Amino acid sequence: MLVSETMKSGSNLERVLAAGHFAVTGEIGPPKNHDAEIIRRKAGLLKGLVDAANVTDNQTAIVRLSSIAAGVILVAEGLEPIIQMTCRDRNRLAIQSDLLGAAALGIRNLLCLSGDHQSHGNHPGAKNVHDIDSIQMVAMVKAMRDDGAFQCGEDIPGGGPPMFVGAAANPFADPATLRPQRLAKKAAAGADFIQTQLVYDMDRFAEYMKRVVDLGVHEKLSLLAGVGPLKSAGMARYMRDRVPGMIVPDEYVARMEGVVTDIAKDDKPARTAAWRAEGIAICIEQIEQLRAIEGVAGVHIMAIEWEEAVAPIVEGAVLGPRPVVPEENVA
Amino acid sequence: MIVAQQKPVSDLKKMLDGHHKVLAVGCGTCVTVCFAGGAREVGVLATSLRMAGKLDGTPLEVDETSVQRQCEVEFLEPLAERMADYDAILSLGCGIGVQSLAERFPDKRVLPALNTSFLGRPTEQGVWEERCQACGNCILDLTGGICPVSRCAKQLMNGPCGGSQDGLCEIDETTPCAWQLIWERVDRQGGLDRLMEVQPPRDWSASRDGGPRRITRDDLRLPHDNDDASE
Repeated sequence: MLVSETMKSGSNLERVLAAGHFAVTGEIGPPKNHDAEIIRRKAGLLKGLVDAANVTDNQTAIVRLSSIAAGVILVAEGLEPIIQMTCRDRNRLAIQSDLLGAAALGIRNLLCLSGDHQSHGNHPGAKNVHDIDSIQMVAMVKAMRDDGAFQCGEDIPGGGPPMFVGAAANPFADPATLRPQRLAKKAAAGADFIQTQLVYDMDRFAEYMKRVVDLGVHEKLSLLAGVGPLKSAGMARYMRDRVPGMIVPDEYVARMEGVVTDIAKDDKPARTAAWRAEGIAICIEQIEQLRAIEGVAGVHIMAIEWEEAVAPIVEGAVLGPRPVVPEENVA
Repeated sequence: MIVAQQKPVSDLKKMLDGHHKVLAVGCGTCVTVCFAGGAREVGVLATSLRMAGKLDGTPLEVDETSVQRQCEVEFLEPLAERMADYDAILSLGCGIGVQSLAERFPDKRVLPALNTSFLGRPTEQGVWEERCQACGNCILDLTGGICPVSRCAKQLMNGPCGGSQDGLCEIDETTPCAWQLIWERVDRQGGLDRLMEVQPPRDWSASRDGGPRRITRDDLRLPHDNDDASE
């Protein structure tokens, strides 16, 4: 059930990338309740600014509204979703079944993840699944789409679901030397696109990308670098010192601290405004630096619980208005 | 070996509530080696339970014994003649030992004194670590002799995940990242190409997912057993 000769899924994200544009994706965390209005409000903040928006799947192992359900709301709002799906919560039957359901409801992009371990979430006593891993999920979904076959080998009557298949990469995880190779493995499994973890350390990311390009991986898939605006000096320090796998150079921490030196400590609104402006400015600079790195096909802007920041970032980095790519224009 | 850990005495007290005379049975194999349920531990636990009973005014008589292997019914025979004396058996064997006693003495309550923890080995004095999940389909040839089924928190077949940091797993600061160990070892031995192959989804039917497991060896069965099987 291929969408066309050239398109795998026909998703907006696929079309934008296929037409050679620098892609922009955003991210929406569903609420911890069933309030659809929250999703619609966040969708309104991203619509028109990004080519598609990720919807997280019980992120950090905390129960939230289903990513597929939230994705359907985004479709109705005119914002294309990329649903995230973890191997933590579903076995191969559930993954394939939910994927057919998602496709039937108009979802065309999928991000395959292993999932954060449940020990850090709000149900640490839960049993995890891990029937397959994220690389096996990529290969399974690709085979469903391209070969019209379930993981067991049985035919999918009428063909498989048209999905643009993504995966995540953490260029800063250890062992650092094998990260480009693991990315190559995701390409070999059939990933169409990659979204990386937040990038703050440009030098180390550039080294990583050089090895990715040397391996030719950037020609097999589209890599979107993850960026996120710092909200305050405290957040910058916290991410530098406390978040495993996150490298925040001292320079950014110093800049965030520097913008409030002339503001009275009790003038919280002014300090917040100064921090946020600087966080957005740094993010815009980072996007400009990332655009200059070979093999970077776009950016993934993660402004979770600060979706209002996406508009000034997209405007500041001159990424808008987003291109409209009709299917027939994609060679 | 099977590694086990004793339940807290307070839990055992609750479990034994209403009993007056019990037989604490140790096992001379795995749980002796991991200092959880051998003859020595039976003695210490029996004393603790007697003292705890005295202190709260619910005296409990605890007799002590130990057998070489609780998991084989032949070793349990000597206990048979004493069984009438007891309200219950407190097993300091692994879960297999507890169930062997329960099968051999169908009318007797059998209670577990241990939590059977995992299949593993001692890595230093006083420390035991898991090494096998008995998944029934060994892949150690593919992973440099390091098992991701038991040692990767996500049982990845194509690890490591993005949570690997400084050689450690994302779950805590004491657990090594199994996949970092695998890559380092296989790379050192010149086998990196093998790790670059995408490992397909596993067949978990040989694991617990296939239901309770049984191995039947006709070459070892006695003739009358075979006759039973063919009926």
